[in-house]
Amino acid sequence: MSKRIFLILVCLGLLLAGCGSSSNSSDGSGGSGTNIQNKGSDTMVNLALAWAEAYQKLHPEILISVTGGGTGTGISALMNNTVDLANASRIISEEEIGQAQSLGFEPKQYIVAQDAIAVIVNRENPVDALTMEQISAIYRGEYTNWSELGGEDRPIVCLSRETNSGTHVYFLETVVRLGNKEDKSIFSPKTLLLPSSEGIIAEVRDNPNAIGYDGLGYVTDEVKTLAIAPAPGEEPILPSIETVNNAAYPISRELFMYTRGEPNDTIKAYLEWILSPEAQEIVRSLGFVPVKVNQ
Amino acid sequence: MKNPRPNSTIKLGEWLITFFIRAAGYVSILYVTLIILFLLREGLPAFKNVDLSSLFGEVWYPIEGYYSIWPLLFGSITVTIGAAVIAIPLGVGTAVFISELAPPWAKEILKPLVEVLAGLPSVVLGFFGILVLSPFLRQALNLPTGLTAFTGSLLLGWSAIPTIVSVAEDALNTVPRTYREGAQALGTTQWQTIWGVTVPAARSGIITAVMLGIGRVIGETMAVMMVTGNAPVLPEGLNAFFLPIRTMTATIASEMGEVAQGSIHYQVLFLVGIILFFLSLVINVVSFMVSSRRMKRTERLLS
Repeated sequence: MSKRIFLILVCLGLLLAGCGSSSNSSDGSGGSGTNIQNKGSDTMVNLALAWAEAYQKLHPEILISVTGGGTGTGISALMNNTVDLANASRIISEEEIGQAQSLGFEPKQYIVAQDAIAVIVNRENPVDALTMEQISAIYRGEYTNWSELGGEDRPIVCLSRETNSGTHVYFLETVVRLGNKEDKSIFSPKTLLLPSSEGIIAEVRDNPNAIGYDGLGYVTDEVKTLAIAPAPGEEPILPSIETVNNAAYPISRELFMYTRGEPNDTIKAYLEWILSPEAQEIVRSLGFVPVKVNQ
Repeated sequence: MKNPRPNSTIKLGEWLITFFIRAAGYVSILYVTLIILFLLREGLPAFKNVDLSSLFGEVWYPIEGYYSIWPLLFGSITVTIGAAVIAIPLGVGTAVFISELAPPWAKEILKPLVEVLAGLPSVVLGFFGILVLSPFLRQALNLPTGLTAFTGSLLLGWSAIPTIVSVAEDALNTVPRTYREGAQALGTTQWQTIWGVTVPAARSGIITAVMLGIGRVIGETMAVMMVTGNAPVLPEGLNAFFLPIRTMTATIASEMGEVAQGSIHYQVLFLVGIILFFLSLVINVVSFMVSSRRMKRTERLLS
């Protein structure tokens, strides 16, 4: 009998050991001195990677690992203490701040770059410019054929990022609802929710019916970027560094990084370097817009 | 007879082996029970916290509090039916060919090929779907977009075929030679033997194969997420098959990462998981019932 109990205890011990080691490995990744974990916005993944590479060349003793997954995913990871820096393409929400406070820290915000969201169509599509109202109506499902907008007789296929993407939330608030906080309209259920920025570019490149949106840094020559008029009758404007900086292009935003409260010296130095002219030049080379100098 | 080891050592060894085998069985039952309990604990509060009218409404848009599970359920069912229609005839047909008709050299090539196909990761299938299949289908069928339920069904059908083929083929191989010989001695043609004797005798194994295949399709996530467009639309007719849909698995996969633990959205995602779990449970129970009933009838016939 005692043997049986002993064996059961051994089995349980093994089980518990298994649990213990797996939770250790996820905890151990956060908070170490020379190892910076960076996760979040897919829009910012390429930018964060480029920064990490350049910074590791300057400081070989520091290891920065960068992963994507979406702004919401990054902020969740920050809450769970599995990353040191969360990339966010939207401002942190009230609820998320409340959640962080209940976990005992105050997320600290850094503006690290600016981005324009380009609205893109297939190169074969004859439409060159739309107004904000027209794009909003397309995504709410009120226009279903390109001929209603001066294009060919083709169905409109709306593409969007998944709901865990900061770009999705920003586009919903700024374009679909036209910045009106009272407006509760949402994307038409027929909108395709694609899991990645590249997925949207690929579908727009191949499909002449498609309309999509993506951070300016992702847009390639294989798709056509639409000029956007802020209001009917106004001049349509193409996204560029100039039109973002003088606030003429209507769909632009700031990109953020968040830390768990006051960062340690390693992370602080990294964040300071990110705002340096050298790092902001990387921002420019990737198609994003540098932070305004006089900030 | 001389025993090299004392009796008690053998007894202890046997006891140990029995104990471990028994423990393995009990542990797997324990795991399944714990998983069910966990699912229920995390998912059932959704019924309390979400209005039933919202849960059974029309729109799935969780970040604004629309939690209808209908579009997701129908999405999964649409893709699964499509994949089953494609995979069952092809899979069973291939199994019959390999086991009954193929010359030995063809058998030697086909069997390993099918097994290689079974090992294909679904991400790879998804890539193939996005880059090749979906543009091709859009042009060939003149669809608004190639990311549709049909694209998902085709890919998943292909991924289910190897499972069906290898299990069904094993079942056909276990049919005793004497059955076929007996049938042929009665003057039946090869086709009559296959259709009237071999396949019915292997029926329970074939049904298991089909159910395993369908189980793989329902639970498939990655390929489906990549090629079905993920639009949570309620199907309005048969043409829904050629429109984008959103499945339950893709929803859980793409949204679980962002939700705060314990939030309503989290609970609803677990509720979706419960539904998925019961769906595959129903499939398993039905297949078990069907195959055991068949077995009784064939046993009666043969006795």
